[in-house]
Amino acid sequence: MNLEILLLLMVLPPLAGAALNGILGRRFSQATVSLIGCGAAGLSMVFALLTAWVYSHSTTQPAPFTYPYFTWIQAGELRAQYALYYDRLTLIMTLTVTVVAFLIHLYSRGYMEHEGGYYRFFTYMNLFLFMMLTLVTAANYPLMFVGWEGVGLCSYLLIGFYFRKKSAADAGKKAFIVTRIGDAGFTVGVALLFWTFHSLDFQTVFQRVKDLPPGQFESVLTAVGLLLFLGAAGKSAQLPLYVWLPDAMEGPTPVSALIHAATMVTAGVYLVARSSIIYAHAPSALAVVGLVGCLTAFYAGTIALAQNDLKRMLAYSTISQLGYMFLGCGAGVFAAGIFHLMTHAFFKSLLFLAAGSVMHAMSGELDMRKMGGLRHKLKTTYATFLIGTLAISGVPLFAGFFSKDEILAGAYEGPLGKPWLFWLGTFTAGLTAFYMFRALSMTFYGKSRVEPEAEHHLHESGYKMTIPLMVLAFFSIVAGWVSWPRAWHGSEAFDRYLDPVFSPATEALRNASPELMGGLSPGALMGFSILAAAIGIGVALWWYLKSTDIPEQLAERYPDFYRILTHKYYVDEFYNWLIVRPLCVVSDKFLWRVVDVGVIDNVMVNGAGETTASVGGVLRRIQSGNIPSYAAWVVLGAVVWLLYIFAAHS
Amino acid sequence: MVPLSHYLALSVILFVIGAAGFLFRRNIITVFMCIELMLNAVNLAFMAFSRFRGNLDGQIFVFFVIVVAAAEAAVGLAVIIALHRNRASLNIEDVDSMKM
Repeated sequence: MNLEILLLLMVLPPLAGAALNGILGRRFSQATVSLIGCGAAGLSMVFALLTAWVYSHSTTQPAPFTYPYFTWIQAGELRAQYALYYDRLTLIMTLTVTVVAFLIHLYSRGYMEHEGGYYRFFTYMNLFLFMMLTLVTAANYPLMFVGWEGVGLCSYLLIGFYFRKKSAADAGKKAFIVTRIGDAGFTVGVALLFWTFHSLDFQTVFQRVKDLPPGQFESVLTAVGLLLFLGAAGKSAQLPLYVWLPDAMEGPTPVSALIHAATMVTAGVYLVARSSIIYAHAPSALAVVGLVGCLTAFYAGTIALAQNDLKRMLAYSTISQLGYMFLGCGAGVFAAGIFHLMTHAFFKSLLFLAAGSVMHAMSGELDMRKMGGLRHKLKTTYATFLIGTLAISGVPLFAGFFSKDEILAGAYEGPLGKPWLFWLGTFTAGLTAFYMFRALSMTFYGKSRVEPEAEHHLHESGYKMTIPLMVLAFFSIVAGWVSWPRAWHGSEAFDRYLDPVFSPATEALRNASPELMGGLSPGALMGFSILAAAIGIGVALWWYLKSTDIPEQLAERYPDFYRILTHKYYVDEFYNWLIVRPLCVVSDKFLWRVVDVGVIDNVMVNGAGETTASVGGVLRRIQSGNIPSYAAWVVLGAVVWLLYIFAAHS
Repeated sequence: MVPLSHYLALSVILFVIGAAGFLFRRNIITVFMCIELMLNAVNLAFMAFSRFRGNLDGQIFVFFVIVVAAAEAAVGLAVIIALHRNRASLNIEDVDSMKM
């Protein structure tokens, strides 16, 4: 089977599923809708596996495979084709996306069973999958942007799925508008790339960048890198454009799991990783990426500490983990960033789906202060949530440990690594372990604080939801084993696997910046991260299992600090004051009252009408109905004409 | 010989009388008679030119004018009769139902 067909067979089924469910879904039964929806996702997964297998056995690999299907844009020098690109990075991304998406589609069969709009949900989910696959398989920046915008659209549609609820509709708008700011950066960055290299195909641009002598075009490439990162910061919820992600939890939980944990938010990381060679020639831009990533990870981690809403806490945790991925890329260890992307996709979607299971059992309640002791009634959900928590906390042997450790090691000794990034990252890892075990304890351990009405509805979810949970739990354990650390005499196979993709970039970076001999060995670094996780877990269990009055006492002793944390540093209020309110005032007082009503409605539309009417009113008086006046006009006309004849001929 | 200018002067005088009547008289029939007067004034001018230039072009044209005048008179009188049946008036100022 040739790859160009397999690629299409992987990318297109979700589009067909979306079209089918979208147009005819209203008349289908739930069984048919989910068959089409899950079937499309399943087909994508199967073909993703097949493509991976065929590619891995082809003679040309690890060289990228690309195939142009047809020319989409041809405008002067700019040519963008509908062309797909497949290399080892694409392989990782497509497998991660399709497997997680398929499992979440299956879970949704159970979760969305009693919600309205079943067919609409699966339509949007399929459409999203198509767009995401387009994004990761695109062979040029314009096509990638199509996928980029497409996932943004689906995110908006799915966040605002319960569109009758004002908070959900507002959240959808907020997500789209904030990411639009990033998209503007993306567009300008791509335009700069075209202006400099006269092409937007990955292969062409990357080759031209690679062939540049060091230092040439560095300022343009730095600008490009920063602008592309602005787009990534929007899409992947980094400082300062992260504010939409917590609000996005208004959407159904499978949406939070798929889009806002595993796939769409990772698009920014993929963009940076794919453009690695550009960043390699613009180290200052890459340093900014790493800095923002590290700061975001820490910042979001601190907010997660004080969240009481289970999904919001997971949202801030996602922002934090995405920060880690950017830290990895920013330190020059792109493979580590992608590794964490993969493991995070599994355990974060697991955590969200488990949270959804809890939410179902609690009749829609998400406030952890009203939970407690759920592990007795929700055994499977508890077990899988525990596994996810262990994974994200960086407990050894679970998936998150391996990937997080590689990133932290890279932060310390990578090409652009700096020791303080390592220390902040390690501290944040401790925070992560703390808030995750806090959530675990508040939800599943201890005495039940569940309200009586919700109490008798507590039940474990059906197989449709628990089986995907178990599969994801399995991956959350084993996914990390593909890259056994050097400190344990492993070969870090995952990183070696992605070497062909990233080595041009890493080599360029190492040539540019001399290797800093850090003082700590990889083993010591690993030891610190394990220590941080242990401390985090220990304190969390102490404060939320044993001496549960300590958090309240702390909140009372430092009320202002606590208040700032629970209000998320008042960033939303700040943005509201700085940007939203002025925009609303300008829109209302000027753009609407003056321009729209005054100029367009009054001057242009009404004015045109009234001018015509008044001119008509004047001209109408000729038609007086008075015959002698008609006679007079005829004579007058004849006289004028005669005069003209005489004047012209004399 | 009567000079050409005399013929033309007569034609102009007849035409102006016809035009004035067409503008200022109230009876519809009178207005039509003035229209005929104007047409005939023009015929006179054509004939004068034809004689003084020595060719028959003007006289041929007069035939055309006469035919048109006759047809127009027939149609116009039919309209006047219809109007009179409806309004019992031959005053041109009474035909004003198209006024705003």
